[in-house]
Amino acid sequence: MAASTASVATAGVPWKLPYRGTVGILSFILAECAIFLIFVVAYIYYIGKSTDGPTPRQVLTLPIFTTICLLSSSLTVHLAVRAFQKNKTAVFRTFWFLTLALGAIFLAGTAREWRRMIFKEHLTIKTNLFGTTYYSLVGLHAFHVSVGLIALALVLVLALLGKVKQEQGERLEVISIYWHFVDAVWVVVFTVVYIIGR
Amino acid sequence: MYIAFGVVFLAVMGTMAILIRIQLARPNATFLAPEVFNRLFTMHGTTGIFFVAMPIVFGFGNYLIPLMIGSRDMAFPRLNSFGLWATVLGGVLLYASLFGGDGFWKAGNAPDVGWFAYAPLSETAFSAGHSTDFWTLSLLLSGFGSIATGVNFVATILCMRCPGMKLSLMPLLPWMYLVVGGLVLVTISPLTAAQIMLMIDRYLGGHFFDTGAGGSAMLWMHFFWIFGHPEVYILAIPAFAFESEIVPVFSRKTIFGYPAMVAATAAIGFISLSVWAHHMFTVGMTSYGNAFFVLSTSAISVPTGIKIFNWLATMWGGKIRFKVPMLFCIAFLFQFLIAGLTGIMLAAAPFNWQLGSSYFVVAHFHYVIVGAILFGIFGAFYYWFPKMSGRMLSETLGKWHFWLFVIGFHLTFDFMHVPGLLGMPRRIYTYEAGRGWEIWNLIVLIGAVFQAAAILIFVFDLIYSYFRGAPAGNDPWDAWTLEWSTSSPPPEYNFAAIPAVRSRRPLWDIKHPEDPDWKYE
Repeated sequence: MAASTASVATAGVPWKLPYRGTVGILSFILAECAIFLIFVVAYIYYIGKSTDGPTPRQVLTLPIFTTICLLSSSLTVHLAVRAFQKNKTAVFRTFWFLTLALGAIFLAGTAREWRRMIFKEHLTIKTNLFGTTYYSLVGLHAFHVSVGLIALALVLVLALLGKVKQEQGERLEVISIYWHFVDAVWVVVFTVVYIIGR
Repeated sequence: MYIAFGVVFLAVMGTMAILIRIQLARPNATFLAPEVFNRLFTMHGTTGIFFVAMPIVFGFGNYLIPLMIGSRDMAFPRLNSFGLWATVLGGVLLYASLFGGDGFWKAGNAPDVGWFAYAPLSETAFSAGHSTDFWTLSLLLSGFGSIATGVNFVATILCMRCPGMKLSLMPLLPWMYLVVGGLVLVTISPLTAAQIMLMIDRYLGGHFFDTGAGGSAMLWMHFFWIFGHPEVYILAIPAFAFESEIVPVFSRKTIFGYPAMVAATAAIGFISLSVWAHHMFTVGMTSYGNAFFVLSTSAISVPTGIKIFNWLATMWGGKIRFKVPMLFCIAFLFQFLIAGLTGIMLAAAPFNWQLGSSYFVVAHFHYVIVGAILFGIFGAFYYWFPKMSGRMLSETLGKWHFWLFVIGFHLTFDFMHVPGLLGMPRRIYTYEAGRGWEIWNLIVLIGAVFQAAAILIFVFDLIYSYFRGAPAGNDPWDAWTLEWSTSSPPPEYNFAAIPAVRSRRPLWDIKHPEDPDWKYE
């Protein structure tokens, strides 16, 4: 890791290339964007095309609180990485834990919403086109949140065990970039599902 | 590994092609049952794209990129092996569908929905049973493998170059693979997404492509071709890359118009994202939609033409050595030109309405995939096999392979255009006598036999030369890029000392210290 960013002098010119982890995660995010794009397009294309109810207006409520939680977790993860780079371990652990907690609240909110929709409103993935597209798109995002939470939790455990070393800062940065991406996608999903689609 | 896997499936796919052609050689033939025929062309197409062409070009990429940019390995070796095994497992899954069921000569089953598996045909209502499940799982898995490879290509090329190798000094092959990596990322993903939707429909009872519940059959077509057309370039750009490395070395000249080549590659990658619906002219889009896709499709021939002229200009006035790799490259140029020309014909919507889904289309895309991509791949085999194995492939057998394959190729695919023009639709399992199609289909079969013989020679040559070939030495072709500076085969770590680079032809600089390239660049 460190070797790839080390500068080697050739003919007096310093040689420095970007960190492969950052480039890798950005490429991966590009691919993820394309996947989400397809699901979003399908969602928008099928708005109002369901042959029977329930419709989005009847069953969807705006998840304002959980959205605020998720979006603010972007800030906390950023602060955590910054604290880590400045070697403030306690601050890093606090903010990292906060990020994890905020993400978990968001996921719990989604779970509650699904529970209500499935058991009270009787909307499942089989019911109509709205159900199919809604559960797929929101579910795809929730899956990404879960993956992010697992990564965050792993790092937290390692950090509490004192196994996260200073030279691994770039790897934390990679997780943080992924988490920002998950948050940014939620802005799109929120807009499409809860504002345009309602 | 990738490449060996691809070659094995090449043999499988070729066998299926021969079976298909035997069935079609005569009118009213009963060599194959109709259901078997459907399964055969589905498996032939799916295997050819995903488990022959892609593993081979990815394999060359994984092998050559680190060597050419002076790196010890790819950026993510473990991700690399994940990509390989995901693809292998995908291939195994696809063929696992053969077991059970009553398809294939009553011995098993296989997907029969065509390589693009148009939904709702591929939905449970119309394709019950496990074979289509295997198809979608297989493509989902190999898709994950491809995305991993795409990430690895981009990260390796951007982050692992040896000191001094600025992007502007990088050989053309890594440049083109950079574009391929980007294309993989943005175009395999839609396929993956569409497969997830299809699986939601099939397993969870969703309605994405269920026209009965208001779903759209068009959506799958769009999603599939958003992947499908750039996919052609994911396969073709590596062939361009091989061409761009081999032609200069065998013409004893530097590549003509290096910046133009890079720009044209990027332009092809970019434009290829906006041409997908030319596969859908016959569906009936608005005239504005048609016009857009006619224009974008025609536009892509401009950077492609630039490349052809650059290769020609590289050869122009050069001291050409007609070794086997160069022969394949020259044939590539000629055949790729024709493939491009029929492509422009098909890009014109009215012409396409007449010939869409006819054998003219089949002839066109085989011209691209066999005439250009496979010829490029063969050239690459003859050129880099010495580096990979430390032994030369036989020139004599290579020439036999080349000429038999060229003759067979032209017999098959030149004459395949004709029944298309005469109105023969694709995917029919037989036809009536007296339509004037018989003679053409017979010629096509004869050509296919020639090609099969050529492939047999090639495979024999690969195995024979691997053990008995003449030792190659480090640099058998007197080439200029870094992979020839290390031993053949290269050690696990590629280079004992990481090289430093000052020009586009680092090996030339080492060989000719009195007249290095970097003075002029």
